[in-house]
Order: sequence, then C-alpha cells, then structure tokens
Amino acid sequence: MMIIGMGVVTFIPRMLPFIMFRGKELPPFLQGVLKNVPYATLGALIFPAVLYIQEDIWYGVMGALAAFVVAFLGANVIVVVMGSIAVLSAYSLFF
Amino acid sequence: MENVMSINQGTEFKKGLQSGISIAIGYVPIALTFGLLAKTTGLSIGETVMMSMVVFAGASQYMSLSLIALGTGILEIILTTFIVNIRHFLMAASLNEKVEFDRVINRIVYSFGITDETFSVAATQPGKLTTGYMFGLNLIAYASWVIGSGIGFAIGAGLPETLQQSMSIALYAMFIGLLVPSMKQGVKVVFLAALAACFNTVFTMTEWLSTGWAIVAATLVSAVLVELVEMVKKKGKVTSVE
Repeated sequence: MMIIGMGVVTFIPRMLPFIMFRGKELPPFLQGVLKNVPYATLGALIFPAVLYIQEDIWYGVMGALAAFVVAFLGANVIVVVMGSIAVLSAYSLFF
Repeated sequence: MENVMSINQGTEFKKGLQSGISIAIGYVPIALTFGLLAKTTGLSIGETVMMSMVVFAGASQYMSLSLIALGTGILEIILTTFIVNIRHFLMAASLNEKVEFDRVINRIVYSFGITDETFSVAATQPGKLTTGYMFGLNLIAYASWVIGSGIGFAIGAGLPETLQQSMSIALYAMFIGLLVPSMKQGVKVVFLAALAACFNTVFTMTEWLSTGWAIVAATLVSAVLVELVEMVKKKGKVTSVE
C-alpha cells in the first residue's frame, strides 16, 4: 500500500511534462531555460553533496579532484568513474 | 546513422545500455546497502524488491526506511517521497525538449526511468535522443538497482568496507565525467554549474530548504539567470551602466 503510493507520487512528476508539453512549442525563453537545466542540475547534484560521501571531507575532495583531472584529460565517463574509485582505494590504503 | 530505421533502433538500444554502464557501477553498491538496510528495518524480501521496482528512486527509498524505523505514518512517508522526487519534474521537462517525436505511450514508459543519473547521462548526449536509447539506458540502470536490492537483502551484506567506501564516489565521478566535456565547450556551462553549486550550498547550509527543494531551486534560479543574461546580451542592450 505504502509502496504503491510512493511509486505513484514518484512517477507523476517524471511523467507529467511528457503529457503536458506534448507536441507544444514552448516560448523560446522557456526552451532556453530548459536547455540550461542539465548543466545547472549537474552542478547542484555534485556540490556540496560530494563533500559528505564519507565522514572525512578530504575523501570527497580527493575523489572529485581525481574525477575532474581524468575527465579533463578527455577520458570516457567509465574511465573517470574507475579512475576516481582507484584513487580513493589508494587513498584509504595510506590514510 | 546511415542505417535503416529498425537496425538503427537496435543499435540505439545498445548505445543506451553502454552509456548506462557507469550508472550501474554506481547503483550496485547503493542498491546492495539498500537491500541490507531494508532487511534490518524489518521489510520482507518481497517488499524490498517491490519498492525498488515500483519506486526506483534511491534517496527517497533510503529516507522511507529511516521513517519506517521511526514509526512514521504512511501518508507522511508518501508525502516526503513526493517532495524528494519533485525535482524529476524539471528534469523530465528538460528531456521532453530533447527526445525524438514518438508515441506518447513510449514516452510515458521511459519517463518512469528518469533518475538524477539517467537524466544526467541522457541530457548530456549530443543531439536528439531516440526512444531506443532511452529504453537501453533506463533498463540497465533499473536492472542494476532492482537486482542489487534483492541481492543485498539475500546475502545480508554490502561490499567489503574499503571497496564500499571508495565506490561511494562513483556517481559523483560520473556526474563530473559528464559535466567536464561540456564545460570545455563553453563558458556558459561553467557558469551554470558553478552558480547552481553555489546556490545549492547556500540553500542547504542555511537550512532554508530541504535537499530535494534546494536542488530544484538552485537549478531553476541558475538556469533562468543565465538565460536572462544571454537574452540581454543578444539584444545588444548591454551598456556599461549597471
């Protein structure tokens, strides 16, 4: 019962825009805002949450830095993920 | 690209599966832990797997466990879930602009699979998104989440602690891995991400807003601000007067 309810209220916001804005041309300004949303979302998803993945704040900082460097060098996303996991494994070995 | 439609849809599906691999890597440890926690909270394996299948939203599922442990009422748990997940409305609206035209039923089906992670991967792909791609991407994320929850419950353990710790970076590393290439393309992306990160920090640190709302507000404010600046610039009305 509770699970179904949770499922329904989670599904509604995910689905609604696809019905509400179906085949509609939104005003250019709104379209521009929606195009900006992914990058703003990414910024908000990463920070500050990444600092709190472990009690030790440096853990998140190190992991994020490692990911940034690997990504900046042009690596594929999976390599970025693996790289930062490897760096943190090494970090927890030594500290 | 030069292929026939049907073949194209198949390769698109595979492409979706492939770009979902990093999500699966990130989901598995979290799903295992969720299964384990659900067990200690007193849920049955059926309830645990069903919750992952029906809700498919990590943060709110974790939250529901702690609320159940506290003896919170059903309505309150459902309401909390709604508030935590309302951010997906914004993500869905953004994706709606980016997906290819298709029957509404297909869109409704794949909209079920929108999470922070599947959205981030899909939205940073170049060009239009095909239905095949969306299904592939969501399927691998969904499968890793549901199966991971079940296994976590069944074996009653997560990964070894050091591995679990280092893997807690996985999803953030993925977000960074998705964001950085776009940042290289233009200063606008840098501004958007940095602004939203700042707003989100302010909103959460000052405890004005809960995490779910903070992300929504930070995203909206930054997306609108940057768009306003851009509009003003385009109109060429920018003078030195501020």
